[in-house]
Amino acid sequence: MTSPTTSTSEQEASPLGPRRFDVGRWARRSLAPVILAVALFLGIWQAVVLTGWRPDYLLPGPATVLAALGEISAAGEFWQALGRTLLRALTGFGLAAAIGTLLGLVVARSRLLRAAIGSLVTGLQTMPSVVWFPLAILLLGLGEQAIMFVVVLGAAPSIANGVLTGVDQVPPAYFRLGHVLRAKGWNLYRFIVIPAALPSYVGGLNQGWAFAWRSLMAGELLVVIPGAVGLGNRLAFAQEFGDAAGLLAYMIVILVIGMLADLAFSALSRRIRLRRGLTVR
Amino acid sequence: MTGPVATAVMAPAVPGRLQLAGVSKVFGRGDQRVVALEGVDLTVEPGEFVAVVGGSGCGKSTMLTLAAGLEEPTTGTVEAAGGVALMFQESTLLPWLTAAKNVELALRLHGVGRDERQERARRLLAKVRLGRHADKRPHELSGGMRQRVALARVLAQEASIVLMDEPLGALDAMTRDQMHDLIEDVWQESGFSVVFVTHNVREAVRLADRAILMGSRPGHIVQELQIELPRPRVMDAAPVAALASELTRRLREEVARHDESDYFDI
Repeated sequence: MTSPTTSTSEQEASPLGPRRFDVGRWARRSLAPVILAVALFLGIWQAVVLTGWRPDYLLPGPATVLAALGEISAAGEFWQALGRTLLRALTGFGLAAAIGTLLGLVVARSRLLRAAIGSLVTGLQTMPSVVWFPLAILLLGLGEQAIMFVVVLGAAPSIANGVLTGVDQVPPAYFRLGHVLRAKGWNLYRFIVIPAALPSYVGGLNQGWAFAWRSLMAGELLVVIPGAVGLGNRLAFAQEFGDAAGLLAYMIVILVIGMLADLAFSALSRRIRLRRGLTVR
Repeated sequence: MTGPVATAVMAPAVPGRLQLAGVSKVFGRGDQRVVALEGVDLTVEPGEFVAVVGGSGCGKSTMLTLAAGLEEPTTGTVEAAGGVALMFQESTLLPWLTAAKNVELALRLHGVGRDERQERARRLLAKVRLGRHADKRPHELSGGMRQRVALARVLAQEASIVLMDEPLGALDAMTRDQMHDLIEDVWQESGFSVVFVTHNVREAVRLADRAILMGSRPGHIVQELQIELPRPRVMDAAPVAALASELTRRLREEVARHDESDYFDI
């Protein structure tokens, strides 16, 4: 072949160079709004306290509560409660993820099942998961199983839904490509469908986590297991003992855990989107 | 295969031969019924480069999906001897994989072991002159580069028949020129047969051994033309341009004939 093909050079530089994590940019874009939100929250809280709407022992100010938080976190029982709650959260969420993912993948392959389960999932999601507790306690007794039951029931539908949405949104061209590359059955799912569905799946996991966390807190307020006290139980105890500062301190801990999990999921989802060029910095 | 037995006598299956006999394709039913292709007979010989030219809606893409086995013909038979690879209008590279991994996936699905597929993917990317961009993801590459990765993926499949569905439609003239050279190079080197669908007559003359002109409503083959210009051909050269305008004239006649018949139908 003698035609001059050398002009097909490698010099067509890509407009998007390699991407590195930029700390300054992250601080400006992600950290600054969070700091501002916390400041606003503390300001409003302090302002309400200053109006004298409720006496100090019922509604203490931020400074008192932060001091109480420091005191609580110095004690072993706080760390035990935190550990217990996180263990329940991770176990419940893990179970829900396994069940939801499997359910989603099985249902995605059948149009009829998808239509049927799809409405069931939507129905389940409209029901506040706390509503399941009386039944769970009746069936499984006042124990870990009742809590797990509700956590999984709260989270699994969202996760299954994430899988289903993801599979539905796989571009038809990818299925044609799969056919041409002879990716059949499990290979088609493994190499093409599941990776293509990943962004939506992570969205489902995020939502599932939020439901799991809510269900768990509701569970720990309702179900007390001697010897297995979680953050929710501590919150309930603080109310019973009239310990307002402690109560608010535990609320803050619960809030922070929820926010950290959310941040982790957003970071994961953003990373996936960036790698695929679905979003720009 | 469905439909009546084709009347054409099938030649023995030689790798690289593609044979469509009495092929028609109907989509939908009742009011929605559309005849996309009717009475298509086409044989592509091993190693031959055939361009299929026609306006939009003439069924040229449908013909490729039938040849690739993505759809079954309503009547007639499609026989493709040896593997078939398909290059799409859009590159359809998987956005979560690097250029190299996209090529490797094709090898992996053909049962090639890890070390060998890494080695072969690198070599194929070097062949399409993307050696240094092997670890970039599709969104970091230009349109032309993406189609070159897609070409490397096609080569990885080691098919004896390569179907190309307007693969250069979205590229600028310069990049398109370079792709013509590249496609011609790898075709001459590998010896597979090509069916190249395009609406660009000059592109057909630049690349093909034979041009198939298609008409619409329903899609059918109007005529075919052997292109005997010596290679390498240059897109802007006089002989290419002359033949291209001759082809364009024939296509125009076809379109005019149809417009007229439509007019009289009303």
